[in-house]
This record gives sequence, C-alpha cells and structure tokens, in this order.
Amino acid sequence: MSFEPVLLRNRGVPDVQRLEVYRQRGGYRALEKALQMSPAEVVQVVKDSGLRGRGGAGFPCGVKWTFLPKDHPGPIYLCVNADESEPGTFNNRILMEEDPHQVLEGIIISAYATRATTAYIYLRYEYGRCYRTMQRAVDEAYGAGLLGRNVLGRSDFHLDVYLHRGAGAYICGEETGLIESLEGKRAWPRIKPPFPAVEGAFRKPTIVNNVETLACVTHILDRGADWFKSIGVPPDPNNPRDLGSYGPKLYCISGHVNHPCCVELPLGVTARQLIEEHGGGVWKGRKAKAVVPGGISMGFLSESELDTPLDFNGPTKVGCLGLGTAAVIVIDDQTSMVDVLYNACRFFSHESCGQCTPCREGTEWMTKILARIRRGQGELSDLDQLLEIANGIGITPGTTICGLADGAAWPVKNALTKFRAEFEEYIRHHGRHHDQR
Amino acid sequence: MAILTEAMREKIRAYLPRYPSKQAVVLPALHVVQDELRCVPLEAVREIAEMLDLHPAQVQDTLSFYGFFRDEKHPLGRKRVWVCRSLSCMLRGGEDLLRDLSARLGVKPGETTPDGQITLEFAECLGQCEDAPCLMIEDEVHGPLTTEQALELLKRTEEAS
Repeated sequence: MSFEPVLLRNRGVPDVQRLEVYRQRGGYRALEKALQMSPAEVVQVVKDSGLRGRGGAGFPCGVKWTFLPKDHPGPIYLCVNADESEPGTFNNRILMEEDPHQVLEGIIISAYATRATTAYIYLRYEYGRCYRTMQRAVDEAYGAGLLGRNVLGRSDFHLDVYLHRGAGAYICGEETGLIESLEGKRAWPRIKPPFPAVEGAFRKPTIVNNVETLACVTHILDRGADWFKSIGVPPDPNNPRDLGSYGPKLYCISGHVNHPCCVELPLGVTARQLIEEHGGGVWKGRKAKAVVPGGISMGFLSESELDTPLDFNGPTKVGCLGLGTAAVIVIDDQTSMVDVLYNACRFFSHESCGQCTPCREGTEWMTKILARIRRGQGELSDLDQLLEIANGIGITPGTTICGLADGAAWPVKNALTKFRAEFEEYIRHHGRHHDQR
Repeated sequence: MAILTEAMREKIRAYLPRYPSKQAVVLPALHVVQDELRCVPLEAVREIAEMLDLHPAQVQDTLSFYGFFRDEKHPLGRKRVWVCRSLSCMLRGGEDLLRDLSARLGVKPGETTPDGQITLEFAECLGQCEDAPCLMIEDEVHGPLTTEQALELLKRTEEAS
C-alpha cells in the first residue's frame, strides 16, 4: 500500500496559511465532525487510534486526556508545546510555518475533547516566523467564529488561544518546566505527582501536548481511528510494555547527508532508509559512522545498527533511550566521536536548569572531562569516570526531577559503549590540537 | 523618572486579560522592554514588578534564569546575531562560522561591535537544521551560510534598517 502523507499534504500549496485556502482543501472538516460528537467520544476516538505523543516521551495521548479529573468545574488549560529545542529537530516549525491552521484545528478539537477553555501555545522565541504565521491564523480563526465564545455557533464551547513566547531555554520543553515558565517563573520542572492533568498551569488541570501530536488529532478525527491504526507498527509481542507505534511521523534528517530535510513516513522506517531514500545518502561519498536516532538525547546508532526501525520500540532494543523526536542526525566516518560527544555534553551543560545537583554538576563535569580529552590531556580512566557520572544522573537512577539528565547521559553511555575503541585511541595518541574550548 | 513609557505600559497591560495571574505577564513584559530598550534596566524590573503586584526579586529571578535578557550594563546592539553551534550545524561548519564571524567582527560571542551595530551570540539548536550551518538575526533564521555570505547578509540587514 502506498503511503499518502497527511501532515505535510499542504506543504508548498500557495497561501495555504490563509484560512480560506485551508478550508478549500478540506480544512476544519475534522472539527465539524468532532463537534457532532460528545467530548468523551472524541477522547475515545483518539484513545482508539493509539496516538502516542510526538514530543519525545511517546505517552499515549488519549490516555493522558483521561487523567483529567471528571466533572471538574474548570478552568482546564491546554498547553501546546511548541518549544521544540532538541538538537536536530525542526518538524514542528515546518508544521506551524507551512500549515498553521492544521495545527490550530487540532488545538480546537483537543480543547473540545478535554473541555479546555484556554489554550496557550508556548512557542520558543527563535521561531519568529512561526509566531507571526500562527498569530495570523489565530486572528483569522477568531474572525471566522472558530475561536472565542460559541465556537462554530456552539453555545457550550468557548475557546481562547494565546501565543506565549519563550526566551531561549531548552528546559521549557519539559512539560512542567513549560508550565512554570508560562506562569512567569524560572522554568524549573516540578516534582510529579501531581501530574499536570490534575494540577498544572495556575494550579488547574492542564494537558500539555506537542504540536505534531495535535496535528495528528486533526487527521484522526477526519479519517478515523482505524485509518490511523492501519499505518505504522503494531506492538512487539515480545515486549509487553510496547503500546505500538501507529500513524505517520515527521522525520527530520540533518547532518552529513546530501539533502537534509523533513519527511512524513509511516512510523517504523529505518535509519538506513531515511538516509538513502530521503536524505540523498551520506555526503561526499562517505559512510555513516554513527546516527542519532531522535535528537541527541537519545544516544547513537552505530553503522551496524542502521537497520533498526525507528518506531517507539526500535531504538531501545539497541541501547538508545528511545525514538525521541525522530530527528535523525547523520555523522560521517571522517568525524571524531570525541568532538561529537563533547558537542552533545556542552549542549546539556548549557541547558541544565540547575535545579538538581546531579544534573547541574554532572553535565558540567562530563563537558570538562571531554574538553580535557580534546586538549590532549585525557587519561584512559577518564572514560570510566564519564560512565560513572552518566550512570548516576537522571530519572533512571532516580537522582533528578526531570529527564534532561537522562538525555545528557545517554549519548555518553552509547558513545563509550559503541565507540570505546575510538576514545581510547584518541587518548593514547594524546588527542589532537584544538584551539577552541 | 519612570523608565517604562506609557506605550510600553499599554502593551504590557494588554497581556493581563490573557492569564489568570499577573505573574504570567513577566516574560511578555520583559520582551516588551527589551524590544524597546535593547536591555532590561533594573529600574524597569522595579516598575514591571509594581505593575504586576510582584516583588522586584521575583521579576529579577525570572529575568536572570533566561540568558536571553540583558541588563543595562550589557545592552544589545542594533542587531542580535546568533550562530548555531549545536550538533547538526557543527557537523556542517557551524563552529567555524561562529569562530570566523567572531574574528571578522572583532568581538567574542556575547559582545557587541564598538559601533553598536551587532551583538554576536552563540546559539544552541535554532531548529533549522536542514539549512545548517545557520544563524539567526533577531528572530529570523537564515542558512546555509558561508562566512562571506553571512557577512554580506549582515551588511544588507544593516543597510535595510
């Protein structure tokens, strides 16, 4: 069966950012369908579809919605996580820039399902074009009665949507960090429970969903849960915790490929397929040495692991943290993994919010040790030291509040397991001279 | 002497109905001030706090968490230029672009050229990895760019403003 893209189906259509053009192409039909159902029925459809969150954790979207307290007097908030900051990830930017009404339609349907009356789109500051495109779409939607009081004439459905710009902090993509930031505070993630669905923004029940997840909701309502489930990969019978990987996914391909791009494909394509069939192959006729499967926090696939299916289950089978954001970064065989790992560690050290000591100190020390190795002053024992730090920070060992440190630790663990010989070789030859820190 | 103009206050007040708490307006207010003044002076922190019924320390606390905001000793130049140094850009020359621009402009990341035109910064992933290496001028990302193309773009941006 040939795959028909839906999330990117309007890409490149002239003026599709305008409401009128979006509607001509079938836009807001899904919303009308949803409004003929009860909110609980909409939740059920999304649950039945098996849609899992596209932001990185892969939590089932419909299940998350059912965590909201029943018969809550309100207000209930919907926070749209548009803080996309994971290195290598740009799929949400493309959705918002190129088809803002598709995202907005998903927001309106999801607000209806969750009985949210206000939705905040928390948008990273760097997405200036998205900000202006989304704001125009929101303004148009208000003008057309799709937002505000009595959405599409429904006396029982009111919704306000506001854009809220961030200020350059990766941690705001963590859902409780996002909520703290929205509330005007430093973005320190909260201890859970309570989960946001019980007590979130402004101490009210809150659902936080990723942009692509909400865009998927639009199509699930339009085409049905069965359609969504006909795409992707069913649960692995050998893994009782796997919930399946259904639906289309936007894969980002960057780094050492001939054609860096964002493509929509069924969940479960392999890294090799992405590189060869969509990224134009590894650049300069070289080979891939390592591939990041889903944003740098997920770790690395080695060359021999490139046939791993990139679904929610696949990357964990080869020791990666997960699918993450499905942002694939290709590293060619001329690149030093020491440089790559230093770059990853420096990122997390810069972006650690500083709340939990193991993360604040651990990410900094890993960066310093790698800088020392790069200066040619590394020792073989540094590698065990790096692993010891990496194994001690994060939710996995239970030493931090949020998963940032797990994401910082995983590239270190993977690199020092899968590419250890290269690190040892580097240290033995006293590294190479680098003039930068 | 008040540092927030009436126009700035009006913009800040317009955010209040969007949120159930006044504190939620801190980030929007800081953006309003920095957009206008190219920094957030301490006096503006005090006045924002007063507008939002907060203690100045609460506003300062938020401000200092986000490396984005500048105090009055470190105001931004007319254009803020961020060069991405994260992995996707690094693999395609992002660190070289940052180093070369730094050398050609004669400033370190974080500093402003003596003529007050350009503040150079390093950025972590700008989310435009298909155009690596990329840089951002104010809030628009451009790429892929060589050092020469970047300097040309900065020159054009300077002339246009």
